[in-house]
Amino acid sequence: MTEMLYQRDVYGNTLVELGKQNKDLVVLDADLSSSTRTRLFAKEFPERFFNFGVAEQNMMATSVGLASCGKIVFVSSFAIFATGRAWEQIRNGVAYNNFNIKIVASHAGITVGPDGSSHQALEDISLMRVIPNMNIIVPCDGPQTRQAVLAAAETPGPFYIRLGRVKYATIENKGEFKIGKAQVLVEGNDLAIIACGMMVSEAQSAVKILLAQGVKARLINMHTIKPLDRDCVLEAARETKGIVVCEEHTVIGGLASSIDEVVSEHFPTKVMRIGVRDRFGQSGEPQDLLKEYNLTSKDIEKAALAIIA
Amino acid sequence: MQYTAAQIKELELKAKQVRRLIIEMLGKACSGHPGGSLSATDLISVLFFSVMRHNPQDPGWPQRDRFHMSKGHCCPLWYAVLAQTGYFPKDKLWTLRQLGSILQGHPDRRAPGVEVASGSLGQGLSVALGMSLAAKIDKKDYRVYCLMGDGEIQEGNIWEAAMAASHYKCDNLCGILDYNGFQIDGKTREIMNLEPLKDKWEAFGWHAINIDGHNMQQILAAYEEAKEIKGRPSIIIARTIKGKGVSFMENVVDFHGCAPNKEETERALRELE
Repeated sequence: MTEMLYQRDVYGNTLVELGKQNKDLVVLDADLSSSTRTRLFAKEFPERFFNFGVAEQNMMATSVGLASCGKIVFVSSFAIFATGRAWEQIRNGVAYNNFNIKIVASHAGITVGPDGSSHQALEDISLMRVIPNMNIIVPCDGPQTRQAVLAAAETPGPFYIRLGRVKYATIENKGEFKIGKAQVLVEGNDLAIIACGMMVSEAQSAVKILLAQGVKARLINMHTIKPLDRDCVLEAARETKGIVVCEEHTVIGGLASSIDEVVSEHFPTKVMRIGVRDRFGQSGEPQDLLKEYNLTSKDIEKAALAIIA
Repeated sequence: MQYTAAQIKELELKAKQVRRLIIEMLGKACSGHPGGSLSATDLISVLFFSVMRHNPQDPGWPQRDRFHMSKGHCCPLWYAVLAQTGYFPKDKLWTLRQLGSILQGHPDRRAPGVEVASGSLGQGLSVALGMSLAAKIDKKDYRVYCLMGDGEIQEGNIWEAAMAASHYKCDNLCGILDYNGFQIDGKTREIMNLEPLKDKWEAFGWHAINIDGHNMQQILAAYEEAKEIKGRPSIIIARTIKGKGVSFMENVVDFHGCAPNKEETERALRELE
């Protein structure tokens, strides 16, 4: 039986764990603490939790002042509001000062589901990636969420950690977690599949289907989008016939673009992109939306076969 | 607390020196913002020379009062008081806006004494709020001062911060509003009216103090009054004159973001002798 976890549950519990160890840890939220689970921290450490109401810009800029006084600040909201509404506060405040601020946003991607387009962040990775000093982690499951949060807490500088709304299947045997070091989950030299977030699980299914057809795909969990593990990408480019990139995000500016940039400069190879193709999201059940936007294991399989054809 | 005539005169002299540095700096840099730097000079000179607890030899001293200039374009004023109080040598002022300078066109942490970068309007009150909340968490008694421009408070972020600062009863926070009545495009009352200003801040739960921002006695009294207010933040709404101290710059909107040329610089410095 595969373990299924909400990344945000893991996040809330990890914050409590960190809060006990470090009295300089402060957590901010903007009226979504029950959804992002920062409420768990708020209950344990009310004097180090601040709710800003529905005011993300103020929350983000306030984190800057707190960090200037030596606090490690975790700032949470939904991904679209954290990275979109407060983008300029992040650019000019969080990142320019290179402060110890960790933006951990939930409800990223199309699988937000019925709430529809306004709440489905499909651009957040792009928005954060263009900002200097920013580190970006997209954990693939519950346990990796804990590792990412712990690593971000002990690494100076700004971070963006992207979490989903729905339960994620735990991926077994990922190996050690290290910021900026991709995890090769399955070896193979026919092609490479590079995925992040919940798409790692979809990609895993695709790899199994491909293997049944005799196709050996290398599966890479690119949990850190920035700094990108360029060596791992270039190895994949050199040693396989091409790369399929999978992200629950627009294909513009996110993981796929990161990979494109590296290979086009150093080792041009075919790159197929599984992601949202310049469209807004819409209401629907997560599984139906994944189908509608061609983000399923079936779509990954098709792209993989196109590469080796 | 009453200040003697000699003390007031001393402060006025220091403010005049700061104004001279601003003009010289901008004249050499050939770009920058004189108008709002000069209008807030008395407010910020008083703050640095006689109100704030700080140690220029130890900018990171944990007990220091914090200052943040939310209207970052007026950094020539900030740089001038920092140099004048000894945070860095005065000759650094002549590198303003040059490639590689610690004195960027809008302030950042390269300059000793600048805690947080600014320049994008509307965010500084939140930054100050964060510093104020940090003091509360750490049970420290330092105060936090934040200079805002009047045009700047048209930004919604300011009012989000205003709401939060009174919600969290930040009585260690003191806002300073440089109400010179001008913004880049013209008079604030024509571009986007701010009035009734005192009522607005009071409605947001702040203790608001109206003063003449060029009257040293009133400025000193306002800082004292703000210190005494408990349970809510205070704001000093200071009526000022844009370009104050240089006759041909006063209330001339063109000097919001234009540095004086060589001839204007010389004329201005003569007026400030």
